[in-house]
Amino acid sequence: MREALARNEAEGPQRPDAAPVPALLEGQGLLLEIGGKRLIDGIDIRIDEGRRTMVMGANGAGKSLLLRLLHGLIAPTAGGIAWRGGPLDRTARRAQAMVFQRPVMLRRSVIANLAFALKVRGLRGAMRQARINEALEKARLTDLARSPARVLSGGEQQRLALARALACDPELLFLDEPTASLDPASTQAIETLIADASRRGVTVVMVTHDLGQARRLADDIVFLHAGRVAESGPAARVLSSPRSEAASAWLEGRLFLDEPRAQS
Amino acid sequence: MQSFTAVLGDAVALILSGDASLMGIIALSLRVTVTAVLIACVIGLPLGAAVGAFRFPGRTLATVLLNSLMGLPPVVVGLVVYLALSASGPLGPLGLLYTPTAMVIAQTILVTPIVAALTRQVIEDLDREYAEQFRSLDVGPLARITALLWDARYSLLTVALAGFGRAIAEVGAVLIVGGNINHVTRVMTTTIALETSKGNLELALALGVVLLVIAILVNAAVMGLRASAARAAYA
Ligand SMILES: Nc1ncnc2c1ncn2[C@@H]1O[C@H](COP(=O)(O)OP(=O)(O)OP(=O)(O)O)[C@@H](O)[C@H]1O
Ligand SMILES: [Mg+2]
Repeated sequence: MREALARNEAEGPQRPDAAPVPALLEGQGLLLEIGGKRLIDGIDIRIDEGRRTMVMGANGAGKSLLLRLLHGLIAPTAGGIAWRGGPLDRTARRAQAMVFQRPVMLRRSVIANLAFALKVRGLRGAMRQARINEALEKARLTDLARSPARVLSGGEQQRLALARALACDPELLFLDEPTASLDPASTQAIETLIADASRRGVTVVMVTHDLGQARRLADDIVFLHAGRVAESGPAARVLSSPRSEAASAWLEGRLFLDEPRAQS
Repeated sequence: MQSFTAVLGDAVALILSGDASLMGIIALSLRVTVTAVLIACVIGLPLGAAVGAFRFPGRTLATVLLNSLMGLPPVVVGLVVYLALSASGPLGPLGLLYTPTAMVIAQTILVTPIVAALTRQVIEDLDREYAEQFRSLDVGPLARITALLWDARYSLLTVALAGFGRAIAEVGAVLIVGGNINHVTRVMTTTIALETSKGNLELALALGVVLLVIAILVNAAVMGLRASAARAAYA
């Protein structure tokens, strides 16, 4: 958080000599081709520390793929990703966490799902137990702690996936539609968890189709269309006066289809 | 020729009498098979899991090899083990031919590929589900294999029992390397083969009934376990 403030000052016109602070995460010229199809078509994206960035766009625009690329789960066909100006290596990935569009639940109890993630992070004994209890409480899953994770409802699984990700104490949290298909109460519970994490300084990159959610949570918006960034900028500006045809069509609920993805 | 029902009656009476040599044969069968299956699991589970979860050059070849070895003809395995253990063979000095150990070796060779090949499939399927989450958490290779094996434990139990079923019903290989020596290497299947040809149908059928009952019990146990695991969504 403090670094983010420092950067804002440094960017001011009165300090032209200050060195530029590297972004927390930066993707440049990202290209992803699978089976001769260009699924991500030249994306530049900059995620600054402490910000909440919402990635929006129609189904199939490439939102989930962009998150996978940025988290280092798949390698881009071309382009580079930098973490704090350095390489996106294992150490970098350990500073990140991701909640997938379809949460992956281990065939274990709720508590064992949390314990597994924390064990990978090297937490042992009482420390781990304390972290587990805290996560259960925050996600309001204490009563379900001993239940098999895979019998939980969709909303409960989403809460567990988020709790598991947050328990790993990430600097950057990727969320892929964490509230899709949830009821309003569960949505609010998840949004509260996200807002709390953000307040503690966790940087958030989140995919959402929910305009209200974007208004509530977003600092910045990146609007994707057919594997490209159609528009990006501060949430207030993008949501009130979109400049791209894709974003304004989406916001008005119109279907915007243009030429299909480029073939390579 | 006696009627089937009469023979069956005699066979059941024989089982109920707790005949010592009959019990000895059953006990040896179980001892040999359980030992072989345990060894096959110790080798086959990690081997199959490694092929299922890791990407390495020659992985497809390894999979094809494992799947082909599943169908090894037992008599050929018996013959090869016989040649290896016979007096002039490379392992001849160990003096293992016609011992229960020789039968364990033959059965282990038959069952290990079954356990490994089925394990590979189970682990590969589960890994497809877990892969991205594990990569995201940066789970190391050892922790990954252990977690996959543990979470697939109910499916893997079925795998082990498939191996058990194959081993306990096997006759050709254990006959060749065991020799069906009374009180030493006589197991259920070899006794059935021998006693049937000698016309001792009561003993043969008694053992046949026991084999069937064992198969049914084992399968019932597996189904029960899997059902409770499925209720808990662990399978
Ligand atoms: N492994 C893959 N192989 C081939 N095509 C893929 C693969 N993964 C994704 N795609 C394609 O890439 C496009 C973008 O997929 P992505 O999952 O990123 O969409 P999305 O923006 O997250 O959509 P949604 O809102 O439906 O989740 C889709 O057209 C999809 O079919
Ligand atoms: Mg998606």
